[in-house]
Amino acid sequence: MEHLELFFKSIFIDNMVFATFLGMCSYLAVSKKVSTAIGLGAAVIFVLAVTVPLNWLLDQYVLREGALAWLGPEYASYDLSFLSFIMFIATIATMVQLVEIVVEKFSPSLYNSLGIFLPLIAVNCAILGGSLFMQSRDIATLGLALNYGVSSGIGWFLAILAIAAIREKIRYSSVPAPLRGLGITFILTGLMAIGFMSFGGMLTGGDEGNAKPSTEQVENTKKIEQDVKKLAKEKEAVELKTALNQ
Amino acid sequence: MAEVAEQEEIVKVPKEPLFSKKNRKLITDPLTDNNPITIQVLGICSALAITAQLKASIVMAVSVLFVLGVGNVVISLMRNIIPSKIRIIVQLIVVAALVIIVDLVLKAFAYELSKELSVFIGLIITNCIIMGRFEAFALANGPWKSFLDGIGNAAGYGIILIIVGFFRELLGSGTLLGIAVLGDPIEKTGLYALGYENNGFMLLSPMALIVVGLIIWVQRSRNKALIED
Repeated sequence: MEHLELFFKSIFIDNMVFATFLGMCSYLAVSKKVSTAIGLGAAVIFVLAVTVPLNWLLDQYVLREGALAWLGPEYASYDLSFLSFIMFIATIATMVQLVEIVVEKFSPSLYNSLGIFLPLIAVNCAILGGSLFMQSRDIATLGLALNYGVSSGIGWFLAILAIAAIREKIRYSSVPAPLRGLGITFILTGLMAIGFMSFGGMLTGGDEGNAKPSTEQVENTKKIEQDVKKLAKEKEAVELKTALNQ
Repeated sequence: MAEVAEQEEIVKVPKEPLFSKKNRKLITDPLTDNNPITIQVLGICSALAITAQLKASIVMAVSVLFVLGVGNVVISLMRNIIPSKIRIIVQLIVVAALVIIVDLVLKAFAYELSKELSVFIGLIITNCIIMGRFEAFALANGPWKSFLDGIGNAAGYGIILIIVGFFRELLGSGTLLGIAVLGDPIEKTGLYALGYENNGFMLLSPMALIVVGLIIWVQRSRNKALIED
């Protein structure tokens, strides 16, 4: 259940492109044709699925406060989390290189289809963003981290596929000249993001809602509590009166 | 004496003045006709997510200004000793180190704001503007020119950020830098007395995209040379 919830949440509600604008540069640059968009999308899923669990291990056993306790009790007080940017990006850059070499060796056809996109991905914000969000959202287990990587990759894939399809079609419509190309893509993405916001109701009562009730809600509950207290007091008074009368 | 003077003159000839026309162009070009966001399509990721408030936009713009200015100089100084095969990793390490400095400074002096910006300070590392300028400019030019180029591009990025932040905060919550400029929505003073309402939609993330789209529209209809076909 936890897995399913995280899966749908990362694809639709916290969609990397529409909710947090990660990987926008390559999203805008490589979305002119559906076929290239599919290639890049697949590469992003793949790299996220590898780097997020890896960085999760790094975070849990090296960087976090007290994470070095497995080396011995004297290391337990170290907090290396200020190094996380540099460690994460180094992991990503080396993993991308490694993946490139391995894929080239064992599956030339996949390598050809991913092609130039693999090295490009090392500097894609979606990849680093995946790891940083994994860290800031406190993903609990390695399985969930893998799930998070794959599902946010799928979300990114869906977004770039959709915009590429729209851009292929929109070539035949008469867009105002200054908006052609980049401008209309921005506005389209905005409209798609509004559409994706409607998925927000899909998981009502999710962890975010419970963790942080809005100030309005807090005030409302406070008011209700006060009202209840007042009513109780009044009731008591009335009861006292009736008791005295008797 | 005459010889010395002559020698000095010869030395001076190839040296450009610090703010020659060419160098000035390095700064002014990215502000308008070669803007990183609206023309080069770089660095959009972080530009959009944090522009709901003007203050966050300004902090982000200043952070990028620092990282890009210093990073360009560092890369430019090292450009002859970086082996070209591993240059991406070297560049990433330089940026990551600079971003850690920015992050720690923000945590020390503006903790609330750094909470608000959350992962987006870290994402400066993968901001395409930075890698793009390193690759395209700093690896091929001297430190002073690279510095100007970095400052110019970061300023072009910052201007768009501040414009978007300005409109989103003004129309979305009726404030600028947290100061109410349109009156008090609860007490119904100022514009609100006339029945004006804040457009809460401006604070949601899709509106950032649409505002940038509109900026592109305005810019390209003013300068027809930029229109794509």
